[in-house]
Amino acid sequence: MAFIQTVNLGYKREGRDILKNVNLAVEKGETHALIGPTGAGKTTFLRLIDMLDMPGTGKIFINGVAVSHSEKSRLEIRRRMAFVLQKPVVFNLSVYDNVAYGLKWRGLKKHVIREKVNDILETVELVKYSKRNARTLSGGEMQRVAIARAIATGPEILLLDEPSANLDPVSAAKIEDLISGIIKQNAITVLMSTHDMEQGQRLADRISVLIDGEIVQTGNAREVFTSPKNREVAEFVGMENIIDGEVISNEGNMAAISVYGKTIEAITEHGVDEKVSVCIRPEDVTVSLARLSSSARNVLEGTIIWTAYSGPLCRLEIDCGFPLVSLVTRRSAEEMDLKKGLKVFGTVKAVSIHVIARH
Amino acid sequence: MEEIWNGLVRALRLIFTFDPEVMQIAWLSIRVAISSTLIASLICVPVGSLIHFNNFRGKRILISIIQTFYSVPTVTVGLFVFILFSNKGPLGGLDIMFTPMVMVIGQVILISPILTGLTITGLSGVDKTIIDTARSMGASNWQTAVAIIKEARFAVMAAVILAFGRAISEVGLAIMVGGNIRGFTRVLTTAISLETSKGDIELSLALGIILIFIALVVNFAMNRIQQRQ
Repeated sequence: MAFIQTVNLGYKREGRDILKNVNLAVEKGETHALIGPTGAGKTTFLRLIDMLDMPGTGKIFINGVAVSHSEKSRLEIRRRMAFVLQKPVVFNLSVYDNVAYGLKWRGLKKHVIREKVNDILETVELVKYSKRNARTLSGGEMQRVAIARAIATGPEILLLDEPSANLDPVSAAKIEDLISGIIKQNAITVLMSTHDMEQGQRLADRISVLIDGEIVQTGNAREVFTSPKNREVAEFVGMENIIDGEVISNEGNMAAISVYGKTIEAITEHGVDEKVSVCIRPEDVTVSLARLSSSARNVLEGTIIWTAYSGPLCRLEIDCGFPLVSLVTRRSAEEMDLKKGLKVFGTVKAVSIHVIARH
Repeated sequence: MEEIWNGLVRALRLIFTFDPEVMQIAWLSIRVAISSTLIASLICVPVGSLIHFNNFRGKRILISIIQTFYSVPTVTVGLFVFILFSNKGPLGGLDIMFTPMVMVIGQVILISPILTGLTITGLSGVDKTIIDTARSMGASNWQTAVAIIKEARFAVMAAVILAFGRAISEVGLAIMVGGNIRGFTRVLTTAISLETSKGDIELSLALGIILIFIALVVNFAMNRIQQRQ
């Protein structure tokens, strides 16, 4: 059994299913990210793991032991975990007292607490604010207090709920660095939720996609991002081109798929006549003014409908019987003078296309 | 006008020469009010916390009733305490009628609703996430409750000061159950009431000034607390 294991975990609020039959296994020492859109049930799931709420159905096992209903044993297990809530709240006390609170509650001696707190304040670079009221800190600093408070107790399991969601980009990057450092330095099992896929990819060993209260897919970052299991996951992981079609032939998993009168070749196990969706990441569409003589199987001719520049990149949509979004560098877009109305070719390798079943 | 002016001058003289009677009256007022506020706080802050932290049927109604009693007339409480502690009353055997002790008891009853109610309001004002934060940090239910009360400490302190203000400034109760006995149960408010009716404006003014001074100190303390919050 995994270190954290949930079996058919379910939770209802006001008659509505927030979580449905969630089975998740997190191994000891693993960093596991729960990704999913807002309202998918990520926070609820973490709250159940920390036993702040009780599940409606199913069981939670921590290190092989089922979490019981008795408050005493729940407190005992909870004291082996730490939970950083999404909205950083601090006690109306000094930064030092905020970090020391958890240790005091565990009945540690004063000098031990002092040593630990000072150590951790150094790690989170808040020593100079030690005596300041934590309420007067900025959002990013408060989140650092929250993280310091969490790791001060030396937890075996660290639960992080959208640790950088409410922060400006600079503070968010700082928090992410801090978390990444904690993961590397401590033998700690981390379960974090995020709606930022890239953050999940950067920090986590494995990712679970939670959509509408159900875990739709679990795997390493590459698997989830390149081979989403269904349309919802594909949309969530940034597959901007999801085009409906039908398999017209399949020889040795090299399939021809009819899409709005055009044929797209892709590698898939789906058989003839099966209804599928073709998923293409915009960065996998190469744009050129002339037909490329490459080994790529799919060359789609069309007209540019719009272009949008952002930073060093240019996003554009080609109408080739269906809309195809492509991402090219600003430099190449300017070299080719890509603009609305221009006829171009979008080239996609068969291996870059992910095919999912359509229901 | 001259009478008031003369009265004011004599009143100030009474204060600054530490007139024994004035000082005795003021000191008793403060003692009775502080005692009742302390006792009421020891009862009401925990009771308010119990009400806040527990969910039970009729909680909202109970809180509404408590809030209704914020402005209970002092004479009503006086009447109630009188009936309770008079010779023929159920607690008449204690023989504490017309003593400072019964005044303290009366004031405790008088200010309990405000203290309990404002404790509940103060605790309700604490961010709910703080409770989750405390629990997730491994606080037991008891430790969580203490942490939340600590969070609401400024609001609770403001409630205590407000209750003290109500206790020291009330007159109906003190007259009814204290009896305004000179040198024994005469407090600032009852003395002002009596001396004014006797026409001794100077003494009344002196006592009034002291009462206002106490109110000022209390108000100043409350402002300081609210600023810190």
